[in-house]
Amino acid sequence: MAGSETPAAPDTVKILIAGGFGVGKTTMVGSVSEIMPLRTEESLTVAGLGVDDLAGIEQKRATTVALDFGRITINDHLVLYLFGTPGQQRFWFMWNDLAVGALGAVVLFDVRRPDSSFAAVDFFERRGIPFVVGVNGFDGKHPYPAEDIRDALALPADVPVVLCDARDRESSKDVLIALLDLLIASAARS
Amino acid sequence: MRPFALTGGRTRPSRADFTLITTVTAVDPPPERAPRPQPEQARILRRCVRPLAVAELAALLDLPVSVVVIMLCDLLEAGLITARPPHPVSTRTTDLDLLQKVRDGLGRL
Ligand SMILES: Nc1nc2c(ncn2[C@@H]2O[C@H](COP(=O)(O)OP(=O)(O)O)[C@@H](O)[C@H]2O)c(=O)[nH]1
Repeated sequence: MAGSETPAAPDTVKILIAGGFGVGKTTMVGSVSEIMPLRTEESLTVAGLGVDDLAGIEQKRATTVALDFGRITINDHLVLYLFGTPGQQRFWFMWNDLAVGALGAVVLFDVRRPDSSFAAVDFFERRGIPFVVGVNGFDGKHPYPAEDIRDALALPADVPVVLCDARDRESSKDVLIALLDLLIASAARS
Repeated sequence: MRPFALTGGRTRPSRADFTLITTVTAVDPPPERAPRPQPEQARILRRCVRPLAVAELAALLDLPVSVVVIMLCDLLEAGLITARPPHPVSTRTTDLDLLQKVRDGLGRL
């Protein structure tokens, strides 16, 4: 019974917040996290071993990938972490590592730049990782209904599309809850 | 007390034992035969007096995750920290009870 004052380590789970560069990933992490979004760095030379599109990067030893993340304490025994995936295409090799053990993902979509999130949708579809699409209406504007965005992204009917404002805590919370509802529904079916 | 119980009985911890959301906690009091921690190890031990995820530790220390993990391997081997792996998640086995707890927690935010 040594060290009885040390609290027991909580169980931890994570959800990824994905999408292209500048779609509002860090903004969403920040709006729901109980801590200021933290930033940690992974050095490319270690993380990227064996990845072909990094050819030539060996020289740049100082190059690092920044990861922004936040934390939500669910209860005394369970903590949820949110990780914003590095948006730039050349850092996508990191997504494989990040995706291991994730409950699921939110793919943020920016209607002004529809191309920016295709690749993220593709990534999670291919790997069978459950995801929801959050349409981040910049300045809270939603010029297109959710169904138009489903068509534009060629999403299957079972992927929820939620209109949101990444700056707003309640709205970001709703996107995460939509993901949990999806996960619960599919767990209940199996 | 078997210090390496958390690494599956192996005596030599490896980088694979530490994910971004593995929680590490300083062993208090430290084992009697433990080597005296180096200054940077002592910094880690001070930070994880309470359980802390590897990613948080790296961010607070302003060091790359890979560097922190190497130091954590040494600390785990010396019996100075314990490591708790994340909740196991796979697309096949989904834990309804866990998901419900996460959902309820989000609802309460
Ligand atoms: N006006 C407005 N700006 C936003 C909104 N969401 C994000 N931003 C801004 O857009 C920029 C990119 O957002 P960020 O979260 O860093 O994108 P990331 O690259 O996906 O992490 C930042 O300057 C944000 O402050 C929004 O809904 N409205």
